[in-house]
Amino acid sequence: MSSLRILVGCKRVIDYAVKIRVNAGQTAVEVAGVKHSMNPFDEIAVEEAVRLRERHTKDPASGSPKVEEIIAVSCGPAKAQETLRTALAMGADRAIHVEVDEKQAANLQPLAVAQLFRAIIEKEKPHLVILGKQAIDDDAGQTGEMLAGLLNWPQGTFANKIDITGDNAMKVVREIDGGLETLSTKLPAVVTTDLRLNEPRYASLPNIMKAKKKPLVKMTPADLSVDITPRLETIKVTEPSKRQGGKKVESVDELLDKLKNEAGVL
Amino acid sequence: MHLIRPVQGRPLTTSTPSLLRPTTSQAGPALTSEKYPQLKRNPSFKSLTSEDVSHFRKILSPGSVLSTLATPDAPATEAEELHAYNSDWMGKYLGQSRCILRPKTTEQVSQILQYCHAQRLAVVPQGGNTGLVGGSVPVFDEVVLSLNNMNKIRSFDPISGVLVCDAGCVLESLDNYVAEQDHIMPLDLGAKGSCHIGGNISTNAGGIRYLRYGSLHGSVLGLEVVLPDGTVLENLSTLRKDSTGYDIKQLFIGAEGTLGIVTGVSIVAPPRPKVQTVAVLGVDSYESVQKTFIAAKQNLTEIISAFEFWDRSSMNMVLAHAGTNARDPLADEYPFYVLIETSGFKKEHDDEKFSEFLEMVMEKGFVTDGVLSENASQITMFWYLRETIAEATVKTGPTYKYDVSIPVPQLYNLVLDTRQRLTDMGLYKEGSADYAVKEVTGYGHVGDSNLHLNVVAKEYSPTVSSALEPFIYEWIANHKGSISAEHGLGLMKAPYLCYSKGPSMIQTMQRFKQLMDPHGIMNPYKYLPAAEKSA
Repeated sequence: MSSLRILVGCKRVIDYAVKIRVNAGQTAVEVAGVKHSMNPFDEIAVEEAVRLRERHTKDPASGSPKVEEIIAVSCGPAKAQETLRTALAMGADRAIHVEVDEKQAANLQPLAVAQLFRAIIEKEKPHLVILGKQAIDDDAGQTGEMLAGLLNWPQGTFANKIDITGDNAMKVVREIDGGLETLSTKLPAVVTTDLRLNEPRYASLPNIMKAKKKPLVKMTPADLSVDITPRLETIKVTEPSKRQGGKKVESVDELLDKLKNEAGVL
Repeated sequence: MHLIRPVQGRPLTTSTPSLLRPTTSQAGPALTSEKYPQLKRNPSFKSLTSEDVSHFRKILSPGSVLSTLATPDAPATEAEELHAYNSDWMGKYLGQSRCILRPKTTEQVSQILQYCHAQRLAVVPQGGNTGLVGGSVPVFDEVVLSLNNMNKIRSFDPISGVLVCDAGCVLESLDNYVAEQDHIMPLDLGAKGSCHIGGNISTNAGGIRYLRYGSLHGSVLGLEVVLPDGTVLENLSTLRKDSTGYDIKQLFIGAEGTLGIVTGVSIVAPPRPKVQTVAVLGVDSYESVQKTFIAAKQNLTEIISAFEFWDRSSMNMVLAHAGTNARDPLADEYPFYVLIETSGFKKEHDDEKFSEFLEMVMEKGFVTDGVLSENASQITMFWYLRETIAEATVKTGPTYKYDVSIPVPQLYNLVLDTRQRLTDMGLYKEGSADYAVKEVTGYGHVGDSNLHLNVVAKEYSPTVSSALEPFIYEWIANHKGSISAEHGLGLMKAPYLCYSKGPSMIQTMQRFKQLMDPHGIMNPYKYLPAAEKSA
């Protein structure tokens, strides 16, 4: 393969530094008025695509193929466009926004997303798809695997290193329990990113400005003939039980008394 | 889920001084009294006796009195345990107090001062002990009255935003508390994880929200103060407006414990902004820093909440000190960096304004490159660069710190002139580590005309001190600045007050001091020049 087309996924999620609150009806978490940003694992995916490009531009002799195009895709509400602009500012060339309304977005499930991606991939024909290993909002961690299954492509999940050599070959180092595993596969393939794959760059101001002029195409699930009706039902959402605060005691006697009579451990 | 979700806010920046506090592994600093032989212990002060300690033990619970003097009912405390109260976090000052008192109530503070007043025992009030001018540590054997145990929130009114609390509450815990009710403390500074609100008020602290919320002289609505003779001055007003009588609380804001001890605070907390954005900009000259500042004032007016700057030397120290905790956000190196923060209530509104502003300053060439926060952790990272400077300088070497106000156009000239002077004297060469001075660095709050000049030396030495002082103070007097913008006077700057205040001002201050504290027991040797006795 002379040059590579890479497609990356970018989900808009509640910012990972925000303290999450469950809504009053216990049906979901509060999203109104809460800071959102790109799913951190997706940021790593965008960064990796841009680094693959840079690897070739900086040293064409490295064997890393030329990256012809990086396409960022997000399925979500209108505001997902902000997330796509961030991806464009980081170095993606164009973006595709599959728009769903706020209500549908709140319950857009991995299988539906994988099907939307498949439909786009069949049109765009990328050689490599990089997705986050999971989105930090629902923590499902299924989209990449489902997508590979639907496409019948090989997959390298939880990647902490990606190497592409000539001749369609890719090496993925995976984070597994107790160590690392190295896989070799042929492209096209799906890769999902783990935390240690790279450290995403900050979007620079000149690039943020350039990103405003990069093409962003909007479509709907209907345009892609995908049914996004949820298959799973959320019964109830609750907060983890609160940690009980510690207590200070004045004396050893009081401590013994509390251990005996309150904690009942003596 | 392998990501660690930090607490909301800027957690990396919360504990600057406490990280640095115990430097006992090195040969400790010299006693303040030895370093400053011109300071003489006031002979009219009584030397502490075990009877005094016994008396304190009657006022306070046994664990609240630490003393190296044994009493009939309690053994002596190890001197080691008093060390933290006798020394400052920079390792610059070391006192010899033999007694630490940690009252829990205003009544106890009152009883202690009443006794000390009668017995002529000198007292140093101490908050979080994060000060930079030696104001919160004893010079000789003064009794330390620590407010560590007075840390209760007394009330909060979500309608007016007025918080009433003990003086020993840590600033960050107060901010976390009011945050739960959608409010924000009107001040924020690097030491927020350790400093007390009482200490903030007693030093008239500024910090990074000053640009937005203004001085403590405006946001403090009332104080409860124990006067040197034990009288409790009750003025915990929660009123925004009150024009009855002398506004006595203002005297205690910035009095550094020389007129009494602040034990309770009433302060107004503004509504907490819901969206924040931070940009770090690379700027080619100080001239362009000023142009960017003017543009920011005019275009970001009501949403701007900080405008900070630092120079290349600061950035180098931070990056060297932070290791993998931070990286240079920009691709190239710049002589100056500007951090702009906006805080508001509607993201679309603020984003539009901010991006128009950024486009303009880049088009006009004031700013060459920059980054804009895309998420909350980037906000944390960008602030980390600015807030770690103080810590990084101290880690680089013993640091002479000057916190001064200078009109914005001349602000950075002080750094350049100091560098030039040290170079001329053969004490410094830019980029070389072989001289007595390693770095001369400037950073601070451009928005408030406040410069932090830090001179990082190989060691504290008379040669370096005399090269810097009174040169810097004279320079500031010539440029109509202030020798202390937000750090106070303490021991360090007391002799130099005359560079900022004329004789009639100093004499009036001395008369106030004489009136409130006739025996001079409160935080002696500091704040006001020793000069002639005004008695």
